Amino acid sequence: MSAMEAKARVTPARHKTLGLTDKDVLDMYYYIALARALDERMWVLQRAGKAMFVISGPGHEGCQVGAMWPMDKQRDWFVPFYRSIAACLVKGMTASDMLLGLFARANDPSSGGRQMPGHYGHPRVKILSTSSPVGTQYPHGVGIAYAAKIRKTGEITMVAIGEGGTSQGDVHEAMNWAGIYKLPVIFVVENNAYAISVPLHKQVAGGNVAARAAGYGFPGVSADGSDVLECYRVAKEAHDRAKRGEGPTLLEFRVPRLGSHSSDDQQERYRTKEEIQADRRRDPLQTFRQYLESVAVMNEGTHKEITDRIKREIDEATDFADRSPLPEPDSGARYVFHEGD
Amino acid sequence: MAEVTYRDALRSTLIEEMERDHAVVLMGEDIGVYQGTFRVTADLLQRFGPKRVIDTPISELGFIGAAVGMAMLGLRPVVEVMTWNFSLLAFDQIINNAAKIRYFSGGQVDLPVVIRGPNGAGVQLSAQHSQSLEATYAHFPGLLVAAPATPAEAKGLLRTAIRGNDPVVFLENAALYGMKGEVADGEFALPFGKAEVARPGTDVTVVAYSRMVHLALAAAGQLAGDGINAEVINLRTLRPLDTQTIIASVTKTHRAVVVQEQWKPFGAAAEIAARIYEEAFDELDAPVERVTGADVPMPYARNLELLAVPHEGDIVKAVKKTLYRT
Ligand SMILES: Cc1ncc(C[n+]2csc(CCOP(=O)(O)OP(=O)(O)O)c2C)c(N)n1
Ligand SMILES: [Mg+2]
Repeated sequence: MSAMEAKARVTPARHKTLGLTDKDVLDMYYYIALARALDERMWVLQRAGKAMFVISGPGHEGCQVGAMWPMDKQRDWFVPFYRSIAACLVKGMTASDMLLGLFARANDPSSGGRQMPGHYGHPRVKILSTSSPVGTQYPHGVGIAYAAKIRKTGEITMVAIGEGGTSQGDVHEAMNWAGIYKLPVIFVVENNAYAISVPLHKQVAGGNVAARAAGYGFPGVSADGSDVLECYRVAKEAHDRAKRGEGPTLLEFRVPRLGSHSSDDQQERYRTKEEIQADRRRDPLQTFRQYLESVAVMNEGTHKEITDRIKREIDEATDFADRSPLPEPDSGARYVFHEGD
Repeated sequence: MAEVTYRDALRSTLIEEMERDHAVVLMGEDIGVYQGTFRVTADLLQRFGPKRVIDTPISELGFIGAAVGMAMLGLRPVVEVMTWNFSLLAFDQIINNAAKIRYFSGGQVDLPVVIRGPNGAGVQLSAQHSQSLEATYAHFPGLLVAAPATPAEAKGLLRTAIRGNDPVVFLENAALYGMKGEVADGEFALPFGKAEVARPGTDVTVVAYSRMVHLALAAAGQLAGDGINAEVINLRTLRPLDTQTIIASVTKTHRAVVVQEQWKPFGAAAEIAARIYEEAFDELDAPVERVTGADVPMPYARNLELLAVPHEGDIVKAVKKTLYRT
């Protein structure tokens, strides 16, 4: 028994004190690793000319899995943004769902090949279609929460955005509304300190996103987005608050941005090597793995099992998406208006 | 005369106008350190500093509104929108404010603001990044609308836009930024409201603007092989619209085809066709044909996208229809 394992036996592991089982945290790790592997596959496919465009979220996965974990996968709603791969996977989308969107296939569940990759949507798992203009999803999330409140369904809505997107009026109008009506909504801001090339200090006056909630009369919490369990903890509190009818919470997750903005960008043009390196040390995939090993929930063997399983799943999903048909040419004119029940 | 790209024609005009007039300031998302999504503002931050090359927060309504305020107080802001699609977030500032301020001040307030950026479809950018908004903006009195098709026009029209005293909707095109062409040296400028006969002809008039001019010219080349001599008119600006040049051409050819990338209903081609009917109905030997994009939000899948935008062959077909040939 290593010293670390010995220590783990004396003080209860952090996840246990949060009410999470060993299986929970292993599953959480699986989703983080799945999202990362899928992300990497998408970039490989794009570079190979199989896809026009990729936008993904390396570095954001930990906070997304932590934040989505307390949500009820069947009952609750999620309104994503383009980095929400891990959150959408936890909510119920699959790797092949996402690759079908990347390849713009007829059976892409988000849009049947109509919307850009990374704009996830899946009504069956209660994920609302993503819109490109940033910020517009915040009022949508508030509208869903309002509908849930007056219909007394108990559904809770989580809506996500980047910190740059919070510069939009929509975001503030949405938070104001949610504050007035004490709506069951959780506002997530994944703060990676950049909006494409524009750094936080030129985007967010005061530099503190969470502080903005105070102006709308509800709590704002800032958490280290590389600390998966802390993200889970604050999201659980927000979820409980919403359930109790106490209204919204704003969660700011400070995350590393481990990649370029999108496949159209090279972050080396505006970030220093040192800064990019420093972000790498905050990689949630690594920090969470270290945690799981330190509490002896994961070892070399279980890690390999998970990694192998993910590789198989992604290979299968890639083949499936690749073999799937393009949209029928005459289908392009469909779904502009209601086509009857 | 020098051969430059559409992008460099825009960029050098910005530099020249900023050097000439210190009231000219640039603002937009990622235009500074990043040098603009399409590199139109390459190295301008170094040249002019952060007071005149402003990286804005992602808040189109806010920064276009601020540009309107700056213009009222004597600055000449040139605002870059990453794509014209995102101007829709600032619609109120553009339509309800920029377009009305001179009128509501009884002519007392100048509003020298230029909003510029790519308009129209690219390659697989989907519906929220591909819209062609020229007819939308040209609909409103109080806004000038330019749509340059060549590097020379990019330069000449941008200079006129910056030196003017009214708000200008300056519609560039992503597919044209890399296009090369001859541009005159010196303070070359082109007037608004003056179309160009891009190719003289006798049998049919093809009216186009922006990228569609190149499609029209290619179609005209193909038609020449069939013994059809098409005249191509490049509008350069939609507001003001040079109906004189269009009518003069139709009076000669007695046939017209209007080409636009955007949706057919209530589009630019409908307006241009109506002007032809109003002013030259008796000259026409055939109904005016419209070549347009499909009436759907732009789909992402490449096979669907290609079906949703006009092609050279569509123009050839429309021309032949006006000549009752197949
Ligand atoms: C209204 C609008 N303006 C501009 C853009 C272009 N754009 C896409 S993502 C982005 C940066 C967003 O930054 P942030 O919200 O911090 O999210 P991040 O990408 O860093 O995760 C910009 C400017 C857009 N999508 N919508
Ligand atoms: Mg960001």
